[in-house]
Amino acid sequence: MGNWITTKGPESDIVLSSRIRLARNIKGYHFPHIMSVDEAKKVIKECSNSIMEKSPVLAKDFHVIEMDKLSPIERSAMVEEHLISTGLAENYPKSAVLLNTDSTVSIMINEEDHIRLQVIYPGLQLKEAYEYASKLDDVIEESVDYAFDQRMGYLTACPTNIGTGIRASVMLHLPALTVTGNINGVLNAVAQVGLTIRGIYGEGSNVQGNIYQISNQVTLGLSEEEVISNLMAVTKQIVDNEKAAIEKLKESNIMQLEDTVYRSLGILKNARLLSSNECLNLISNIRLGVGMGIITDIDSTLLNEIMISIQPATLVKREGKELDSASRDIKRAEYVRERLK
Amino acid sequence: MICQICHKRPATVHITKIINGVKTEMHICEQCAKEKEELGIKSDMSNFITPFSFSNILEGFMDFPGLGAVPREVHEEIRCPGCGISYDDFKKTGLFGCSQCYDTFRDRLEPIIKRIHGNTQHTGKVPKRSGGIIRLKRDIEGLKYELKKAVENEEYEKAAQIRDRIKELNNEK
Repeated sequence: MGNWITTKGPESDIVLSSRIRLARNIKGYHFPHIMSVDEAKKVIKECSNSIMEKSPVLAKDFHVIEMDKLSPIERSAMVEEHLISTGLAENYPKSAVLLNTDSTVSIMINEEDHIRLQVIYPGLQLKEAYEYASKLDDVIEESVDYAFDQRMGYLTACPTNIGTGIRASVMLHLPALTVTGNINGVLNAVAQVGLTIRGIYGEGSNVQGNIYQISNQVTLGLSEEEVISNLMAVTKQIVDNEKAAIEKLKESNIMQLEDTVYRSLGILKNARLLSSNECLNLISNIRLGVGMGIITDIDSTLLNEIMISIQPATLVKREGKELDSASRDIKRAEYVRERLK
Repeated sequence: MICQICHKRPATVHITKIINGVKTEMHICEQCAKEKEELGIKSDMSNFITPFSFSNILEGFMDFPGLGAVPREVHEEIRCPGCGISYDDFKKTGLFGCSQCYDTFRDRLEPIIKRIHGNTQHTGKVPKRSGGIIRLKRDIEGLKYELKKAVENEEYEKAAQIRDRIKELNNEK
């Protein structure tokens, strides 16, 4: 299985990725926000041993990265790649992550909870992602004593995550629903069935480049399968709506659409200054063009790569030196021109 | 006044924070302010601008009459033996200190959990190794329900089978 940036999955024209996150804690330790660094190191050791020592098969596929061994830019770049959360990056020197080779799994240690196990698959593959997450969860549990209560399920630092501790989410590209204004109806409907919509970088982030993240809110009282099938059902509906909106746009004014797509490509191939917001919006137009078959010589995975690589910290990391906002715009434009040659 | 971060440009963004009566001031330029935000490094500023966190909301409905609120003098006394945090600490951060807190504050927690999730009973996955007994109990509960149904429907043969199965499971406990 490849990761969502470089590999396509079911419905990946619209569903960029499916993500499962399980929150777990270990009995007998303070939760990360009040634990000492010594205690944190013990938790890191216990968690990473459960994979690296106890499971020789998985150990070959995983490596441990302690957050205090990375520079702030390297940490931010990992956040931009969706490998770790902002919370984990900020929690150094207490935090670490176990990553697998193809970057589909990150086991975050000492974020808000002791363990945040995340699996991201390309396209709409929530069930598959959960199955793998659950298997890894079982492996960890063989040597780690989870904090679990018969009534309240898996116990977490914040009571909004107790029970299953599951957060399932999909990242959707919805340009047609956005441009036709129908997105508001979708947002309302989604909120009514207990799901939330956020921007590309999750909690607290803005919607950029027509990319939305939908996830479950409730974690107690529903089984993992119910949470996933609810989200699957809603996602499928939104995908159908987006497809219908694309068809309508096509019928009403195909020339206008083609013009927008090609103009966007023109700018990306020629601009000398690109802000990240402008760049994301233009990429969104190209992605729509690729999905509709207007553009045939660009692959959507290339757009994923560009989308991540133009983020501020990733840009700075590639350049190997500090860049202020104005020089980032220059480097961003250079990079995009190079990739779209 | 010049920016406290770059020490070059004039400071145009002024932030005053008062935490626990301690006042701190920050004077920075617009570019540095923007940079801090864009790099995804959560600055003091972003904390300052978005006061709507879960703990605010939590605090809002926890002290609502009829929602399990307890008079202040009483609940300030109780501290979790596992980590030493009080219920007030939890209210401020929205985070518990350890898993034992759920036992310590269980009575007060139920209405809040009900509010958040609309539910108070976990029905999902149970840990494989440590959850054996819990799973057994859950199976027995399920069988008891089936037994009741069978008796109601006068399916006595089936009921007898279920009863035997419950006995077996109870012996395993």
